[in-house]
Amino acid sequence: MNEVATSAHFKENAHEALTDARLQGALGFSRNFVGRRAAAVARLPEFDALRDSARAIKDHTLAHLDLYLEAYERKVRESGGEVHYAQDAEEARQIVIDLCKSMGAKSVTKGKSMISEEIGLNHALEAAGIEAVETDLGEYIIQLRGETPSHIIAPAIHLTAKDVEQEFRRAHRDLPPDRSLAEPEQLLSEARQVLRAKFLAADVGITGANFLIAETGTSIIVTNEGNGDLTQILPQAHIVIASIEKVVPTLEDAAQLLRVLARSATGQDASVYTTLSTGPRRPHDPDGPRAYHVVLLDNGRSAMLGGEFEDMLRCIRCGACMNHCPVYQAVGGHAYGWVYPGPMGAVLTPSLIGVAEGGQLPNASTFCGRCEEVCPVRIPLPNMMRHWREREFERRLSPAPLRYGLGFWAFFASRPALYRLSADLAARAMHLAGRGKGRFSWLPFAGGWTRYRDLAAPEGATFQSQWRARSGAVR
Amino acid sequence: MNATAASEGPTRTSQPRVGLFVTCLVDIIRPSVGFAAVKLLEDAGCKVIVPSQTCCGQPAYNSGDRATAKTLALQAIEAFEDCDYVVAPSGSCGGMLVKHYPDLFAGEPDLAERAERFAEKSHELVSFLVDVLGVQKVAARYDGTVAYHDSCAGLRELGVKAQPRRLLAGVEGLTLVELDQAETCCGFGGLFAAKYGELSNAIVARKADDIRGAKADIVLAGDLGCLLNMAGKLQREGSAVKARHVAEILAGMADGPAIGESQKGPRQ
Repeated sequence: MNEVATSAHFKENAHEALTDARLQGALGFSRNFVGRRAAAVARLPEFDALRDSARAIKDHTLAHLDLYLEAYERKVRESGGEVHYAQDAEEARQIVIDLCKSMGAKSVTKGKSMISEEIGLNHALEAAGIEAVETDLGEYIIQLRGETPSHIIAPAIHLTAKDVEQEFRRAHRDLPPDRSLAEPEQLLSEARQVLRAKFLAADVGITGANFLIAETGTSIIVTNEGNGDLTQILPQAHIVIASIEKVVPTLEDAAQLLRVLARSATGQDASVYTTLSTGPRRPHDPDGPRAYHVVLLDNGRSAMLGGEFEDMLRCIRCGACMNHCPVYQAVGGHAYGWVYPGPMGAVLTPSLIGVAEGGQLPNASTFCGRCEEVCPVRIPLPNMMRHWREREFERRLSPAPLRYGLGFWAFFASRPALYRLSADLAARAMHLAGRGKGRFSWLPFAGGWTRYRDLAAPEGATFQSQWRARSGAVR
Repeated sequence: MNATAASEGPTRTSQPRVGLFVTCLVDIIRPSVGFAAVKLLEDAGCKVIVPSQTCCGQPAYNSGDRATAKTLALQAIEAFEDCDYVVAPSGSCGGMLVKHYPDLFAGEPDLAERAERFAEKSHELVSFLVDVLGVQKVAARYDGTVAYHDSCAGLRELGVKAQPRRLLAGVEGLTLVELDQAETCCGFGGLFAAKYGELSNAIVARKADDIRGAKADIVLAGDLGCLLNMAGKLQREGSAVKARHVAEILAGMADGPAIGESQKGPRQ
């Protein structure tokens, strides 16, 4: 079982998002990423060459994934850690819970991890009687609100500072009502104060990983708040949860990927913190966890290897595709209905939870191609969305009106003489029908268009008909 | 004024035969764009022919109906067999011919090779004029301020960006202003506009804001699909900004009604 999905109701979700004035106000912020990325890219002339190199690193790793996973596992063990493989979400949750229980853990702090969201870890921990506290500010806020992230790197981007203040006043019971939380710094310091106690009390720290390094057994996280460091250094145990495609061969490879990651994500040259951890505390280390575990999640990824969706496994989760997506910008992340929103989510969701459940998402795209244009590892996202539409069409899962409509249209389009004649008749008839204004404000069978926009009426006879008349039909 | 340029390209010893791929939308809704394209091509020294044609197949391709897309692709490839070039007044249909036809037949070597040859001779209109024929300047006049929207497929699949701006800069009397978000999708997306009408509307509403903010009299683009969407939204909102295909301005054929405007109504 993965987290429950409402992706099949994308259209309804989108309607809700579009009519939510508060959300629409908050969404403006995600558009800031566009300019920041552009500025960061402009500062680095070799950015496009780096993207090629980033793609090559990921492709090479995926072609030899078994090899690099084994090498990584060996190095983790050599450094005193343990590696656990989880086939699916259920197994991953069970491994984490068993580890926590074996250490007698009552409380867990968490760094930001999309894998944790994918496997629904917080609910499972709480059901097992273990308190789970998100320590990334955005994750902390949405955890208080009982929400899921609406963006893979900015989980609370659907909220305004005002929303956050209200949430803190509701959740932090001992907060004096007269204390000002009007400034972002004041919100930050309030969260810091509450979280500090949680950091110190936690028995286990759980983080995700941006990269796993095969040559050293190291995991790397990038954060802007330093919460990840406190999460993994202070408790007695550190559990890394990561999906299998996070492994790369060397530290040098990771360094190359890091150069495109932050620039693509937030437009920073580098994240504020880039933290490497390798195994548990060694005898001469001043601090660090006594135990170090890595849970490697498959959850459908190995089935993507060698197939038409393998390129998706290059994804380094920067969020550039959603930041630049006109659909994401209009509706935000929650409308996508599962863990991963935006173009990367539209490709990944059907891969991980099935096309019957997630098939709406790859349809809800204009194919404008901007996602592919900004992807740091050059994933052909529109092509992959089209592959999903093909799978859907083959399995007759596409809506019946679309299939019949296409069939009807194809009958004419594949018979040029008939097409020319009927198109000409239709164009002339519609020209007459729209004569008064030169456009229609309502048309039957085109309500999806004319409800919101006028539609230009044809000028009269078709081009082909006029051309033939003009040339005496000799051509 | 010099109507065309580059009459002595190194590869051209005679007049090139250019097949106009008119596109369904231009064929049915706005034939005047097709005639503007013919004028531009003829002025640039081409012999224009119009083989009997229907659709490039993109609606089927983007709906997952690969079999129909292949049928229509082969039909188009055959129809334009004896043309030196195939030119479409659309980056979207042009992108289909140039980028997606070869993909459609991947794994079928003979057909893939035909599709590849077809793709090599296929072009979007304005980039064909500038990049292939070397046209530097067109003989046209338009007194007004225009904004140019970069339609997505032309921009990202075919690299159409500088070419229309270069030619517009040479139009007498014309002032070109840039949209704040010229490279952001208008929300058309073919069948997307009808299947996801509400969402498409939210996207085009933002585009309409951008267009109004640019203080242009008229918005231009190289794709009729995007233009129908933007024009329809501007008109529904009661905006005075008109919409035209860039070829109409470049061909000096912008004296008829703008997109969705009445023949009888007051001219802008």
